[in-house]
Amino acid sequence: MGVKIKSMKYEDFKDNETLELLNKSGSNILLSTIDNIINWGRSNSIWPLTFATSCCGIEMMAAGAPRHDFARFGMEVYRATPRQADVIVVAGTIVHKMAPVLKRLYDQMADPKYVIAMGACAISGGPFYYNSYTIVRGVNQVIPVDVYIPGCPPRPEALLYGIMQLQRKILGEHPMEGKTDAPVTPPEEKNA
Amino acid sequence: MDNSTLRQRLEELTVNAVYPVNKQYTEIIIPAESYHEFCSLLKNSQDMLFDYLISLTAVDWKDHFMIVCHITSTIHRHTIIVKTQLSDYGDPVADTVSDIWRTAEFHEREVFDLFGIRFRHHPDMRRLFLEDDFGFPLRKDFTDESRMIVK
Amino acid sequence: MQEEIVKNVILGEEDDYVINMGPQHPSTHGVLRFEVSLQGETIKKVIPYCGYIHRGIEKMCERDTYPQIIHLTDRMDYLSAHINNEAVCLCVEKALEIEIPERVSYIRTILDELNRIASHQLWWCAMGMDMGALTTFFYGLRDREKILDIFEESFGSRLLHSFNTPGGLMHDVHPGFQKRIKEFISYFRRKLPEYDQLLTDNVIFKERSVGIGVLSREDAIQYGVTGPSGRASSFSCDVRKIEPYGVYDRVNFNEILRTEGDTMARYKVRISEMEESMKILEQLVDNIPAGDFTAKMKAVIRLPAGEFFQRVETARGELGVYIVSDGNKTPYRIKFRSPNFSNLFIISKLAIGFKIADLVAISGSLDLVIPDIDR
Repeated sequence: MGVKIKSMKYEDFKDNETLELLNKSGSNILLSTIDNIINWGRSNSIWPLTFATSCCGIEMMAAGAPRHDFARFGMEVYRATPRQADVIVVAGTIVHKMAPVLKRLYDQMADPKYVIAMGACAISGGPFYYNSYTIVRGVNQVIPVDVYIPGCPPRPEALLYGIMQLQRKILGEHPMEGKTDAPVTPPEEKNA
Repeated sequence: MDNSTLRQRLEELTVNAVYPVNKQYTEIIIPAESYHEFCSLLKNSQDMLFDYLISLTAVDWKDHFMIVCHITSTIHRHTIIVKTQLSDYGDPVADTVSDIWRTAEFHEREVFDLFGIRFRHHPDMRRLFLEDDFGFPLRKDFTDESRMIVK
Repeated sequence: MQEEIVKNVILGEEDDYVINMGPQHPSTHGVLRFEVSLQGETIKKVIPYCGYIHRGIEKMCERDTYPQIIHLTDRMDYLSAHINNEAVCLCVEKALEIEIPERVSYIRTILDELNRIASHQLWWCAMGMDMGALTTFFYGLRDREKILDIFEESFGSRLLHSFNTPGGLMHDVHPGFQKRIKEFISYFRRKLPEYDQLLTDNVIFKERSVGIGVLSREDAIQYGVTGPSGRASSFSCDVRKIEPYGVYDRVNFNEILRTEGDTMARYKVRISEMEESMKILEQLVDNIPAGDFTAKMKAVIRLPAGEFFQRVETARGELGVYIVSDGNKTPYRIKFRSPNFSNLFIISKLAIGFKIADLVAISGSLDLVIPDIDR
């Protein structure tokens, strides 16, 4: 296994799909020292974009507050423009009017870029799944997502855990070959 | 003024009005032709002075629409509910009260957006929340198979 | 002259410089879009566009039972979630004409005031941050965590509780509840003067807020601007005084009114309201009567046919809940008169003639929460 992280047990990370993706991106082969240094630098200084739609945005702000500080993970500097940001934490509900804006923001970000879907609304539509006529049922219908953080709203500690998982994923990447995109789920066909 | 005095005063001023039973506030249903004139009377007459419109909304009763306004007075501290019935279900039109209370301009835009009720003489009759080709979602016959998953 | 500018919504003049703020913008506090037409840096016209978070809550509520609606009202104005819940509960209890125990009213009012302080703390931190003073972000959120600790200990959730239910509360509060609140009050009393030292007396802050965005009393009434923004223009609109609910008729507190109507007045009203909320808490926290935490309700709640209206005072203004029922277990039509919807559209009038940086200050002082506008 080419993933070398000291503090987390590998058994914690049981998601098969992600393991396969990690294998596909070439982590079986031992990463060289330079790759390790590049990945270490990238994972410890992820700069997020200020993007908060609704209630989860408050918990994201609270994660940046003095009590649960995510500056210790390197995510301190919020960039207002997508051209300078590395990760977009989609915190909040996305509706049909906002989806093209989100796609445009994602397209404006420079590679390598990551997406964290925070909260139940961003994962699958959340409490608004039934009976709502404008909502997008999950951000992964619009942009490819790397980490999903469940909760409504998730605690700031859950956001920190999600960030750590993202760092772990970055450490296992092959930096010169680019990121393997997670598949974008197309909008579901409604059964008759 | 309390509810009974207010009711007497209103009965002096109007004809053809209906007074439904409401334990909390005075309620009056005005025919659509005299709706605008009645509202400006409510605002301007000295003993009533209803100057603060709390909310303006509409209810779909499947064969007619009803516009409901909750209005209160900041000086006399009484509240009234004014309703008017729009009989044309296919293409409902009502008078605007945005020249009497400025906040009605935006409440009426929302009613147009969600129900499809047009308001005559409104300064800016555009949709507020939804796209231009969306239906009118709060109507009772609204179904959208592609976007809604109904439980 | 200003009326003409506001009414002419088609961007007519050829050499207007139009810029777009949002929907993704650090200072709009949510997804709101402004189309600003400028001359140099001076604003000529501002048009707000909302609808980027319209989730159709009113239509969704037509298919949910009354206890289920509580969970959706949490997510409208999430910073005063408890007060939103209480509005629907009071409306349902009024319709069913049931008496709720005294203990429930006391606890609901105490949690209302805690929620109001927490909401104003977040407003203060965001307002300072918009103006560039990042210290307020850390101070405000540090103090807010103390209140969120109390919430978490009492009902398990920090932000969206859904603790109210028609008839009373979900469960009783734990025995250390009163002690925690008293600790918080003594802690925050020491910290509130720091807020004044940091921002209120700051020269830069004063330059950016005194005389900016003046709202007259007639405009506040005409446009329905309620809450602290309306009270800063001496529009006396506090529902806790006009139509008291809970135990507000039994406590002593002042309604803070100011006459200037500018950004600094709106700021000072909110700071004073935090102090008033602490006074209310001190009067109530020792006197919670013993009793049940809920009234006896049937398993399935059906409202009688008719229409019911309830007004409450959230941290941002007056929330009105209008329920039309036809006798079923779900409402026929429910309408939320949200305070932020009325507060938003006054920006077109307030910002004309000021600079683009003042637009950020004005929208920060109006304290808008965008999901409440779109519901």
